[in-house]
Amino acid sequence: MAIPVVYNFRSVKARWTSAIVAVLGIAGTVGVFIAMLSLARGFRATLVSSGSYDNALVLRAGSTSEMTGAVPLESSKILQDAPGVARVVGGPLITTEAVLVAPIPMVATGTDANVQVRGVSPNVLAIRNNVKVAEGRMFQPGLSEVIVGKNATKSYKNLGLGDTLSMGDTQWKVVGVFDAGGSAFDSEVWCDAHLLNGAFKRPEDSYQSVTVHLASANSFEQFKDFVTADPRLNVDVTREIDYYSKQSTRMTQLITILGGLVAAVMAIGAIFGALNTMYSAVAERGREIATMRALGFGAAAVVFSFLIEALLISFVGGALGAAAVLPLNGLTTGAMNWQTFSHMEFAFKITPILLLSGLIFALIMGVLGGLPPAVRAAQRPVATALREL
Amino acid sequence: MRFRGLIFANLFRKKVRLILTIGSFAVALFLFAFLAVVRSAFSRGAEVAGADRLITTNRIGLIQTLPISYQDRIAAIPGVKAVTQNHWFGGVYQDEKNFFVQFVIDPDNMRKVMNEFVVPDDQWANFLKDRQGAVVGVKTAERFGWKIGDRIPIKNSLYGPTKTWEFNLDGIYHNSRPGGDENQFWIQWKYFDENVPAFAKSTAGWYVLKLDNPDDAARVGKAIDTMFANSSAETKTETESAFAIGFIKQFGNIEFLIESIGVVVFFTLLLVTGNTMAISVRERISELGVLKAIGYSDRAVLFFVLAESLVIALIGGLAGLGLALLAVPVLGAKLNGLLPSLVLSPAILSLGLGVALLVGAVSGLLPGIGAMRMRVVNALRRV
Repeated sequence: MAIPVVYNFRSVKARWTSAIVAVLGIAGTVGVFIAMLSLARGFRATLVSSGSYDNALVLRAGSTSEMTGAVPLESSKILQDAPGVARVVGGPLITTEAVLVAPIPMVATGTDANVQVRGVSPNVLAIRNNVKVAEGRMFQPGLSEVIVGKNATKSYKNLGLGDTLSMGDTQWKVVGVFDAGGSAFDSEVWCDAHLLNGAFKRPEDSYQSVTVHLASANSFEQFKDFVTADPRLNVDVTREIDYYSKQSTRMTQLITILGGLVAAVMAIGAIFGALNTMYSAVAERGREIATMRALGFGAAAVVFSFLIEALLISFVGGALGAAAVLPLNGLTTGAMNWQTFSHMEFAFKITPILLLSGLIFALIMGVLGGLPPAVRAAQRPVATALREL
Repeated sequence: MRFRGLIFANLFRKKVRLILTIGSFAVALFLFAFLAVVRSAFSRGAEVAGADRLITTNRIGLIQTLPISYQDRIAAIPGVKAVTQNHWFGGVYQDEKNFFVQFVIDPDNMRKVMNEFVVPDDQWANFLKDRQGAVVGVKTAERFGWKIGDRIPIKNSLYGPTKTWEFNLDGIYHNSRPGGDENQFWIQWKYFDENVPAFAKSTAGWYVLKLDNPDDAARVGKAIDTMFANSSAETKTETESAFAIGFIKQFGNIEFLIESIGVVVFFTLLLVTGNTMAISVRERISELGVLKAIGYSDRAVLFFVLAESLVIALIGGLAGLGLALLAVPVLGAKLNGLLPSLVLSPAILSLGLGVALLVGAVSGLLPGIGAMRMRVVNALRRV
């Protein structure tokens, strides 16, 4: 026969101080666990959502990021006619881009951040269709105008609509703000690629990358085969989404290792706390338990009852921890993208799955912290326990 | 001490609880040391920066180069003791995962400016003679098992079409500053300059200069930037620490994050340990009452409780810091290249131990005072 759950509620109430401590210990652990994971997820999601499955990114052979290596203009001209590239009335959907980092002061600290600046072709919005101009308008080709990402306009100085920005040897006018759906582009500044090369005194016929919109997602192999076979081209082709997800691995790895370690060690601490609480609960109620056994409740029922109590405490702790970090969802923070040495804004991303795994984590801590004391409670000989005190 | 026996008997009365409480302390202190190490890794650059050094970069941005001719002109400014220049090489050894910083250096002036890097004189002499020579920090050498005389291929796509440059390892450097960088890979500017395409020839990435007198920093910095104003490559000169802080500020939020996590972690575990201490005193109230009844003073009772919690805190704290001492190098190896080197400094260790004892004192004091104030009759009547 099972011991009524009401018994557990009452006993938690009777020892509420130590129960609260155990709850807080588990809540803190679950909170840190979820916060760290959501940071890693957010970083990854920001970069991965930058890439599109329907786009192919062309870099110089051997280049690890857009920052290293150049693609000559002639290569871009060959790529225009490659099979698999989407074509519309205005011509092939291909953007030849100059990418660099420029120092722009951050609003928060006043010190310079390395902001990624991307010189693009005028038809870029047709190629990256996850990017939309939200305010103002697109820049005019041939004019010193820039459009800025929605995070860039908030995080960096002089990037409001209508502001003038000094970059290279040129003064640029901010004519538009674009929304790239929370991706890495949202931290970038876009302008005319020709003018950007000129402003930074870079070779006029050399660019960092070429991105093409594929006729269909399946055209990738066709496009890649053509590019690989053409002896005039010395380039690597990847799907845009693969390029960006690869960029996120380093930082995600760092956060996951650090966060995982902190959460694991904290979990040990919280389990110790739960064990202590439950052991003292068992010790204080030695006579009570013995009485129940004497009344006919079996050893299994006692184990089960104490386990329920531990799970109750850990569940409340887990829920509390999850609720405490929930406001972090969507909060943006800055970090360095190690692959390009550029500053990037990204948001904590707390998903239902993450919350659920936090709760499961809490329950596991509850079982580990509650089972040994529960077993001890059931093992004590009834007669000695009754005689105690 | 007279009461040692009693205190130890009390300590070991509940072995499981003793182990758990010491374990909680150890966990808390381990996390404390670990987070402090990570946090200091982020701000390391500014801490180890030389006070008497300036860095001159292209005003447009770090990726723009400066003409090599600036070196002599900067050296001629009064107050400048020595000037050296660096270039970012940005190559890959075997695989992208094997990241380490590669600098093109100016061997003639490097040691005059960066005197914290120590290379044995015979190795340095070999490096000077060998155009394809390279010197590497001891950490990177250990990481890849390199030894002097090895030939090291580095793939580079920053300068012209991707190609593999080969270098002979002539020397291994150590850093004389605790926690200073020992990961860099240096190659000779002359060899670099011969092999790069026209756009990168006769350029320096940035200049590092040493001053005669650190107080001169503002004047010299201004003199340099004025000298090159309105030229094709304008400069921005700042102290080495300001330069490093500029980099760190870009991680600003991350650092704050680590601190908030640290606070959450620490207070959570504080609560857990404090509670345990309170439970163990509460269980013994009647015993403490007996002690008082047979003539021990209030102070003696407080002392017993306090001594017990301090001993637990000390053992737990030492265990946690010892574990951290073992774990940090392992973790540093695992995170190689992702973070600047992780160093567990004596300052962190002593701060940690101080915090542990403080927590021990506070968590013993509260129940201890309760026990001290308790009237003997009430204590004995419990049960």
